[in-house]
Amino acid sequence: MKYLLSIYSNPANWAVLPESERDGLMAEYAVFSKEIMDSGELVDGAPLADFSTAQTVRVRSGSPEVVDGPFAESKEHLAGYYIVECGSQARAVEIALRIPDARFNAVEVRALLDMGGQEM
Amino acid sequence: MIGPGPVEGLLRELAPQALGAMLRRGHGDFGAAEDAVQEALLAASQQWPGEGVPANPRGWLITVAARRLVDWQRRETARRPKEAAAADWVPTEELCTPGPDSAAAARDDSLALLFLCCHPELPRPAQVPLTLRAVGGLTTAEIARAYLVPETTMARRIGRAKKRIADTGLSFALPGPSEFPVRLVAVLEVLYLIFNEGYTASSGPLLHRADLTVEAIRLCRQLNAQVPAEGEVAGLLALMLLTDARRAARVDTNGALVPLAEQDRTRWDTGLIAEGTALIDASLRDHPVGPYQLQAAIAAVHGEAHEAEDTDWTQIVSLYGILARIAPSPVVTLNRAVAVGMADGAPAGLAVLDELDDDPRLAHHHRLAAVRAHLLEMAGDPVAARRHYELAARATASAPERSYLLNRASRLA
Repeated sequence: MKYLLSIYSNPANWAVLPESERDGLMAEYAVFSKEIMDSGELVDGAPLADFSTAQTVRVRSGSPEVVDGPFAESKEHLAGYYIVECGSQARAVEIALRIPDARFNAVEVRALLDMGGQEM
Repeated sequence: MIGPGPVEGLLRELAPQALGAMLRRGHGDFGAAEDAVQEALLAASQQWPGEGVPANPRGWLITVAARRLVDWQRRETARRPKEAAAADWVPTEELCTPGPDSAAAARDDSLALLFLCCHPELPRPAQVPLTLRAVGGLTTAEIARAYLVPETTMARRIGRAKKRIADTGLSFALPGPSEFPVRLVAVLEVLYLIFNEGYTASSGPLLHRADLTVEAIRLCRQLNAQVPAEGEVAGLLALMLLTDARRAARVDTNGALVPLAEQDRTRWDTGLIAEGTALIDASLRDHPVGPYQLQAAIAAVHGEAHEAEDTDWTQIVSLYGILARIAPSPVVTLNRAVAVGMADGAPAGLAVLDELDDDPRLAHHHRLAAVRAHLLEMAGDPVAARRHYELAARATASAPERSYLLNRASRLA
């Protein structure tokens, strides 16, 4: 089963972090990423550019609407994600708890819908 | 000249034999030998279709793989001059000229290889790709495509499995009589897992995953020919054939799941049903009964009903009864509840479900809610049925199952 681990963080906190701590966190991320890559569980993952670069689009009555800014009005924004494949949601949670940002911010764990299924 | 199709089939058949022979003769450790055989397979797939299949194709593969190994060892020793002398002791000719092998040795080699790849010491996510590569002769890229993960991810899993084999010193030998039954169970689990991964894949862009069912059936056929005295192997093969027989009918043209009761049974593969039924009948007659045989027997009862209404539910109930005794699990109880509901009426089925209410293994499982919804609908309680269909739809992580469950719910609106 594949799971999306979404990292939500407050960019204001990141901005005021001293450079040494930012570097430390990046190093932790490198270790974590290598760990789940080596275990064969990492499917994909990436950090996102600052939320101010986001544009949100809608099509209403056939006409496109494009507005600058992220979809959700919140202090916390999606800052990065991992997709992992593992045997259970419990294991996905275990992995998410090892994400450095889990200590300061929050990580959401959600299963991806599988396109296959059993005869019901 | 011979086309790519037959060559590919031949290569897949020879892959485990070549690797097995390499390991038996002590050419390198498992990881290196497996890499070398993959390269030999690649070379063969490029050369044979144009230049023709060599007279002794297996010998060819072993020779090329052994040369690869020697090449690697040389390069390795060039980096480590101290060990150069040791490498020179190995006479190249001996490595390159495989002696004749009997057919029996080749068969035992690929069997030992299958048991090694499915060794309980290896993590489950590693057993599957390792078996597909080393025994099935698939490339890492093909396996990654079948499992919808990047090739690097699959390569890591295979690499980890090989490292584990090296670290734990797992031996390339058939398990002895005392260990054999447990090890066989592990092998059958891996084959069934491969089959299910392919079978549960839906239509559309994922259609190629059906290749996994073909591969699982091929490996299971091979195993059944190798250990004909094992009733559960025949049972699993029969179960796969009888399940696969329904493949064309299980999804509609939109890729939506069609439940057993509503399938167009004229689209079932009667050839596969006949083969699976004959296999399971013979297996039940000649061997002690096990869980795969029972599941195959149940599938065979479904297979002989030309209309859903003709299904012999009483027989299915008694087969699930035996299954619940020898291999109890919450999923067996769920299926038994459905069968009891069909044979003795929905209230009796719901009573069976009550056994599962406190089972933590099923607490958030969508199938419990789905089966309850189905039985409630049969019992004439559309309001409760609808509630449970919706509950099940939210709990499932399968898109086709979710749309099926939401459809059932909206029918009861």
